[in-house]
Amino acid sequence: MPLRRHFLASASAIAALSLFATGPARADTPIPVVATFSILGDMVERIGGEHVTVQSLVGPNGDTHVYQPTPAAARAVQGAEILVVNGLEFEGWLDRLAEASGFDGTLVVATTGVEPIAYEDGHDDHHGEEHAGHDDHDDHDAQHTEHDDHDHGAEHAGHDDHDPDHDHDHAEEHAGDDHGDAHAGYDHGEEHAIHDDHGHDEDHADHHGHDHGAFDPHAWQSLDNAVIYVDNITAALAQADPANAATFQENRAAYVAEIEALDAEIHAMMNALPEAQRTIVTSHDAFQYFGRDYDLTFVAPQGLSTESEASAKNVAELIEHMREEGVSAVFLENISDSRLLEQIARETGASIGGTLYPGALSGPDGPAATYLDMMHHNATTLSGALGS
Amino acid sequence: MIWETVFQPFAEFGFMRRALLGCLAIAIGATPVGVFLMLRRMSLTGDAMAHAILPGAAVGYLVAGLSLGAMTIGGLVAGMAVALLSGLVTRVTALREDASLAAFYLISLALGVLIVSTRGSNVDLMHVLFGTVLALDDAALILLCSIASLSVLTLALLFRPLVLECADPQFLRSVSSLSAITHFTFLALVVANLVAGFHALGTLMAVGIMILPAAAARFWAESIGGMILTAVAVAMLSSVAGLLLSYHYSLPSGPAIILVAGVAYGLSLVLGPVGGLVAQALPRRSLET
Repeated sequence: MPLRRHFLASASAIAALSLFATGPARADTPIPVVATFSILGDMVERIGGEHVTVQSLVGPNGDTHVYQPTPAAARAVQGAEILVVNGLEFEGWLDRLAEASGFDGTLVVATTGVEPIAYEDGHDDHHGEEHAGHDDHDDHDAQHTEHDDHDHGAEHAGHDDHDPDHDHDHAEEHAGDDHGDAHAGYDHGEEHAIHDDHGHDEDHADHHGHDHGAFDPHAWQSLDNAVIYVDNITAALAQADPANAATFQENRAAYVAEIEALDAEIHAMMNALPEAQRTIVTSHDAFQYFGRDYDLTFVAPQGLSTESEASAKNVAELIEHMREEGVSAVFLENISDSRLLEQIARETGASIGGTLYPGALSGPDGPAATYLDMMHHNATTLSGALGS
Repeated sequence: MIWETVFQPFAEFGFMRRALLGCLAIAIGATPVGVFLMLRRMSLTGDAMAHAILPGAAVGYLVAGLSLGAMTIGGLVAGMAVALLSGLVTRVTALREDASLAAFYLISLALGVLIVSTRGSNVDLMHVLFGTVLALDDAALILLCSIASLSVLTLALLFRPLVLECADPQFLRSVSSLSAITHFTFLALVVANLVAGFHALGTLMAVGIMILPAAAARFWAESIGGMILTAVAVAMLSSVAGLLLSYHYSLPSGPAIILVAGVAYGLSLVLGPVGGLVAQALPRRSLET
């Protein structure tokens, strides 16, 4: 029965092949990795080198906030051994995609270990009513002295220098119950009591609509965080392919050295800026981490996500703020509708300072082809416009 | 008080003045067209046309980026193609206008979605297609005002045949060869006004400012002229009120304007002297005596 023998032989060959594919003889086949957007993809490529094949679901110049997964994306996720995501609810569509595609590999959340910046209220002098709420809040802290050790007070102090245009995010945090886990160390009930006395609720009841979590997900805008991203990715790759772990560690070390060098360069660049010229207006509020690292203030007309439509009130407040602060430059981004910003620039007499890349790389020929290029481009664009 | 609430936003901020000018232009241009749509029982045609121009504008955006010209031309071409083809099919075959229009706009919409998807860019097209009235630049304002002027002039020229076509299309067709020209020019006006409206309010909102004031005006006036004037007034007041609501209560501008127009329609429905609910319920003295 030659036919039958042939069949058996091929069947066992297939079995052997599949064993081979998942077995320890990993070293020769690159690990299929899917990253949710281009920046993560670039990082994985730097660390994995030739031992990985990376696919980014959201390509260059794409907006991850509003990405619509395609069947090809589902197939890529299904075939992936490692799925690298940003986390902090940046990829709202990911859970459904991973579930629908039957993904059963390792999920790497790149922001694990990052200290997130909460979307908080702008507590500042422009809003009298909000200050009433503030006093309430202080009383509460006094009453709950046992909670003094939690970082609530410090956090609020840190937010005093925030701008007024962020206040609509507060309602989001109130609405969602999911902020408890992030404020580890003090109890949920207390937190609600404190928040309820904030006095912001009516003020913000009409703000609504965007689909983001309690924290700013654009953590890669800090080079410090990038090292955490890189460490998380390296650990996952080393686990998936122990044979090449040493290579990954070497690549990581070289990459981290580059990141730290760039960080130092940007620090030098930003420290040279005068104190009065540290407020920047962009069309998409994605630079809070960058602002924290280099002591800059970023203001955006459009709320937090590219999904919400600006109201006349937001725009008017922003223009007033810019007039008061004497903001001299506004920046466009590669993934937002820039028409609104052009109108604001015209109204305030500010100049358009160049294009920033918040959450997507440019094409290979653009100024932000890799993550490091992107950070360098953003920093030089900012310092060039602010310094002049 | 009144100064601060009503006038100061416009006095202080240029973008509010631009938004107001854009909305007033749409009110003058699109609303009279909406009145004729309503009288010809074609109110839903406006909605279908809005869907038909959307893919054309999207293709224009993909080809030339955020260019006013490319998106306008794309929208006009797609809208006119759907209007002409469906009109042609209606006049040549047994298929009625509603069915042929639905068929062509669905094809156009599907084609647009297909082109946008295969292009692979997921840049937020919705932002572009649902334009924002707060971001009108000079070119967009000039376009809005030009289309409004053109629309008013054309309506003035076509006024008599249009009224006849509303009242008795068979009669017009029998006595005049202008019937077809009137019909297609009118459809062209619908498309042009929707394209203008989508730059300011987005495609779907543009239909709202076209139809809602016309529907409200139906309850206030009996003559066509009276209806057009009332509708334009309702649209203008809705624009001002919507922008002020957006300014004072931090609401998105486009929906605020349309919702104010919706409230105006609701009030007219109840209180309007011509066939409103209250007017119908009251005893008709003139007939009693």
